[in-house]
Amino acid sequence: MTEIIDILISASFWAAVLRIASPLIFATLGELICERAGVLNLGIEGIMVFGAFAGWMAVYAGLGLWPGVLVALLAGMAFGALHALLTVPFGLSQHVVGLGITMLATSSAYYAYRLALPEVTSPPRIDPFQPLHIPGLSDIPWLGQALFSQTALTWAAFGCAALVALVLYRTPLGLAVRAAGENPQAVEAQGLSVAAIRMGAVIVGSGLMAVGGAFLTMSAFSSFFFEMVNGRGWICIALVVFGAWKPGKALLGALLFAGFDALQIRLQQTPMGQLVPYQVFLMIPYVLSILALILMSRRAEVPAALMTPFNRGER
Amino acid sequence: MTETKEAQDVVLRLSGITKRFGALTANDAISFSLARGEVVALLGENGAGKTTLMNILFGHYTADEGTVEVFGQPLPPGLPGAALAAGVGMVHQHFTLADNMTVLENILLGTAPLWRPGLGRGGARQRVQQLSRDFGLAVHPDARVATLSVGERQRVEILKALYREARILILDEPTAVLTPQESDALFETLRKAVAQGLSVIFISHKLHEVTAVSSRVLVLRHGRLVGEVATAETDRHQLAELMVGAEITPPAPAEARPGATLLKLEKVSTPARGNRTGLRGIDLELKAGQILGLAGVSGNGQGALADLLSGLETPSAGTMELTGETVTSWSPRDALKARIGRIPEDRHTTGTIADFTLTENAVLERYAQPPIATSGWMDWSAARRAAEQVIETYDVRCPGPETRIRLLSGGNMQKLILGRVLEAQPMIILANQPVRGLDIGAVTYVQERLIAARDAGAAVLLISEDLDEVLTLSDVVRVICEGRLSPEFPRGSKTPAELGQWMAGQGFDDAA
Repeated sequence: MTEIIDILISASFWAAVLRIASPLIFATLGELICERAGVLNLGIEGIMVFGAFAGWMAVYAGLGLWPGVLVALLAGMAFGALHALLTVPFGLSQHVVGLGITMLATSSAYYAYRLALPEVTSPPRIDPFQPLHIPGLSDIPWLGQALFSQTALTWAAFGCAALVALVLYRTPLGLAVRAAGENPQAVEAQGLSVAAIRMGAVIVGSGLMAVGGAFLTMSAFSSFFFEMVNGRGWICIALVVFGAWKPGKALLGALLFAGFDALQIRLQQTPMGQLVPYQVFLMIPYVLSILALILMSRRAEVPAALMTPFNRGER
Repeated sequence: MTETKEAQDVVLRLSGITKRFGALTANDAISFSLARGEVVALLGENGAGKTTLMNILFGHYTADEGTVEVFGQPLPPGLPGAALAAGVGMVHQHFTLADNMTVLENILLGTAPLWRPGLGRGGARQRVQQLSRDFGLAVHPDARVATLSVGERQRVEILKALYREARILILDEPTAVLTPQESDALFETLRKAVAQGLSVIFISHKLHEVTAVSSRVLVLRHGRLVGEVATAETDRHQLAELMVGAEITPPAPAEARPGATLLKLEKVSTPARGNRTGLRGIDLELKAGQILGLAGVSGNGQGALADLLSGLETPSAGTMELTGETVTSWSPRDALKARIGRIPEDRHTTGTIADFTLTENAVLERYAQPPIATSGWMDWSAARRAAEQVIETYDVRCPGPETRIRLLSGGNMQKLILGRVLEAQPMIILANQPVRGLDIGAVTYVQERLIAARDAGAAVLLISEDLDEVLTLSDVVRVICEGRLSPEFPRGSKTPAELGQWMAGQGFDDAA
């Protein structure tokens, strides 16, 4: 017990929570935008892998860090466009298309990596984003290290959550996106194009997923290796449900999951960690997330038209 | 001089609109015009092409031929946005509202450029409240649509059009879901709108409404415009003939001879499920040789009662007796065993399996019994004979028993269901909206069959939202409202207006 308290009061723990949460925040927001418009995007896992690769590769090839993020964003949007084309105007099964996109994007990333770097045995490194020093705030004892020693991309993740909430609830665009997920007929009857809104949402959302992936290679670690996304995309799908399709709650969910994850890593190094197989600790965030999901999502309101294709002029 | 004035007064002109769906011509070269401040009723049976025509006008469909002009300008086809911008507003029969959003959000949707920052809720709320007052459309702008009654939702739909400053308002079967009193309030709103110079197209198949609200009536039949008359110069009888194309004689059942009580509910309640009202302690007796008609606005517990009799719902309180014996186990299979024949409300989703053949659908309720199945094996030739029997006896028009049922018209699908039910010689018949969406010929046929079943000794529970139908067929009428039942009213003891008050919930407090 004292070990847990020791962990919880250490500044490095809280810094790790924010760091681990960042990619989840990006990708969860991306998925949330898609689902709010009525499209389930199971391409998330693969799009994150491709984003991780594309951003890293761009920097490795000589681009700057921010242009690298842009490359990841555009790559994600390209896969999003494919997903949107198949699910919105063609109305294909969103499950099948999503899983297909995941397989396509994942394999494409691995293939391109091997193609670009056939000889390497250990993954090459890039110079990743460095923690931002904020004069004043970063110098506060404990708090400075815990909260104000993050990279610009982490700050961007939190800014993104605020922006998505603002757009969804405070602009005509957000209203249209939410309505497309609730009742596309209402959108159509008010003279807007359901297809355009849904495709736009899927493309933008997929871009955010890729940025989430790019965080892994460009901020958290400094190289790309296989299996590095490791199911984070699937976690984000659960986080959208956990967050009841609301950006603020989804952000909280990402932080909670990251907290459990950071905790289990540290618990492994305690004396207790020597007694229990480490796999048990690896399970902790997932088990606790499932419990939290059960508790939180019971009253959640699913977008009423989620996964319902819309065809104009159908009788 | 008069000609110029007339030309100015025309706000809408449809010319030669033709629309085909496969082999079906839904609209055949329809032309008419609408003047400023006029209410035109579009009258026709279900399937006459009224909604199709209005969907073309509003841009949901693109016409195969013909043009639409609004205020002298041609309207680009297939774009609801263009119709809205030109001042056309439409209240759809199936409301187009997002339930999880507020009234204000539904009204604001699509009214501002998407890329504008901020929704401007404050100003919009004031305008909505002003419109509510001006047109008598009371509804709270910040209420979630899911919490509203059907009547309130319709007001939101009208507000949506008024907020966009629609000059032409299309109302598609607006009274289908309203009590007579709510309908009167709607007509009052329409009068206010017309006084302000709006033009209204009012779609209906109810003659008394048409004569009450319109100044001109257009009659559609089988996709063609068959009549155009000034309301003042016509009467219901003439309109009915125009609509159907022939004299209609509604069935006139002979005096009922009620027998033993076959089903008895005492203080039965069922839980509310989602938006569906449950039953609240009802007493009900169904007697052999009697049609009990259940009137009421849709969503007041009819679904729960129908599910209860079908075996899909079990009572959470109260007792249920079948032929004098208390029911202890209750499921759809038990209901079938008890010889309850079920004509469900929605023939497409619960009445049939769309992609199964007529043969398969005809034996759905007895596929496991001889002669359809012997020793656990299907005997398809027996099944086909059973289907052919139904097709022949009940005049189901179809290419053959191996046709997939989704290809049949609603009327023929309903005849197959009717045949499936009646061939099993049911003791009790649950007829939930048995003639909804059928043309008059099929309506009369189904109703006469139900009367014949009554005369043969079956107890019939007729659930209908159409008060006229209930009054025509029922030996005894009861009204359902918020899961409660009114007392029994014998045939002819209550006027439609009196029943309308019960439908709106008046009178129940004394009874409860």
